[in-house]
Amino acid sequence: MQQAINALLIGISNGFIYSLMALALVLVWRSTRVINFAQAGQAILSTYIAYEIVTRTDNFILAFIGGVLAGALVGAVVEILLMRTLFKHVSDGPVAALAPVIASLGLLGLIRSVIGMVWGNDQKPFFPPVSTNGFTFGSTTVPFSRMNLLIVLGAATVMIIFTLIFQKSNLGLALRAAAFQPEIARLAGIRVGAIRTTGWIFAGAAGAVAGILISPNDAITPYSLDSLLIFGFVAAVIGGLESLIGAVVGGLTLGIGLSFILTYIGTSLIFPATFVVLALALIIRPQGLFGSKAARNA
Amino acid sequence: MSGLTVKDLVVDHGAITAINGISFTVEPGQLAAVIGSNGAGKTTLLRTLSGLKHASSGSAQWSGEYILGKKPENLVRHGISHVSEGKSVIPELTVKENLALGGIWRKDKKDVVAVTKEVLELFPRLGERLSQRADTLSGGERQMLAIGRALISRPKLILLDEPSLGLAPLVIEQIFHTIDQLRHKLGLTIVLVEQNAMSALRIADIGIIMNLGKIVATGTATELINDPALHAAYLGY
Repeated sequence: MQQAINALLIGISNGFIYSLMALALVLVWRSTRVINFAQAGQAILSTYIAYEIVTRTDNFILAFIGGVLAGALVGAVVEILLMRTLFKHVSDGPVAALAPVIASLGLLGLIRSVIGMVWGNDQKPFFPPVSTNGFTFGSTTVPFSRMNLLIVLGAATVMIIFTLIFQKSNLGLALRAAAFQPEIARLAGIRVGAIRTTGWIFAGAAGAVAGILISPNDAITPYSLDSLLIFGFVAAVIGGLESLIGAVVGGLTLGIGLSFILTYIGTSLIFPATFVVLALALIIRPQGLFGSKAARNA
Repeated sequence: MSGLTVKDLVVDHGAITAINGISFTVEPGQLAAVIGSNGAGKTTLLRTLSGLKHASSGSAQWSGEYILGKKPENLVRHGISHVSEGKSVIPELTVKENLALGGIWRKDKKDVVAVTKEVLELFPRLGERLSQRADTLSGGERQMLAIGRALISRPKLILLDEPSLGLAPLVIEQIFHTIDQLRHKLGLTIVLVEQNAMSALRIADIGIIMNLGKIVATGTATELINDPALHAAYLGY
């Protein structure tokens, strides 16, 4: 019983991080129809900037804000400089759909190399702002620390902010309209180009939050968020790739599911298990938990 | 010069010339019906005028300003609203959100509220369905929603692409009646593209008959309706 509770707690904490990464991927997919592999690079770059700030100032809050702003900025730069140029020059044929994805893979490599040149490829310790020792109840210690609590609260806050923006604001309405029917959105007067950039900015910020929250549990390297990209992608697909709520539910499902598999079967199975979960999700519900069939065909 | 003036317009669709050098003028407050069969270039004409499609050559002026090459989102700000073919609404959004979309860019929020109220008075059915998703509406209701959304940006020129497409005859009549009412009430200039030639000409001031990218006849709506040669060739019936 205790083991199951532990698995659940670890799963929830990881699941929230996966959800954030999934959210970032979904935001970019919805606004520009690109699977952005560079998201892992953008997130780790933001995390390095947060690391730099926290080492210099010893102020985690400042580092968090700085890292998230950097993430947002990098998102905007990538969309404006790279993606817009690509869309302008490669707008037809089978290459049009593939070019941005390949470009994002290339960008991932580029960002990691730049980080390696600036900070080195060795591990950097990202010290946690709060305790990573599990809470103790009587004689039992659970694998859920203040840091895990911070992860859950931080991620949940980001999700609530996004939900409010998307459902209650004009900006959110414009983002949704531009995602569903860009042409009609333009005819209604929405500046779809600017709205697409906004999608990338939000995604950059969400990825940065994921990177900055997960890294204090571990050391960082230019490659340390690559696996998160895979988990985030699987979570996004489980959620239907189109839906923000889907990304959150997909992330939590994957986080908790994997945690149970690792607890009861073995830690070496994490990647095979991820793909089993993805395959099962696609077999049982190809359109994802929250995706419609129409959206998948679009 | 005011009104809409199109001169020597050529629009290519890849290797095909969709519009091959057409010129016409629509005076302010007029309703021009553009008639022709599939492939005549009617839809391409509207898409070019609203900025969705690039022209290869020629010019178009609205209220004295050259409009070709401008983006649709900017032309809306110059009073041009395009209601595109096939009930131009966003099915995933609610009726309320679809209407709100038309006013997002506008600074005068008070007037957005006022004009939304007017639209709901004009189309009470939409008022009853505000929180429903647009894809639950009937074809006629969707067309009303599309026109309603366009009105919220307070346009002076409306480009209407086949509002009758896929609607039942009774609903078509109702839509045409509404269009006729609207333009008199609001002093709108309208370019109405239709395959439903007679219904369109009945409410139009002038008619422009297109075939394979060219204008084959223009005139007042009455003249065109009464021209036996045109009847046989293009208007059907």
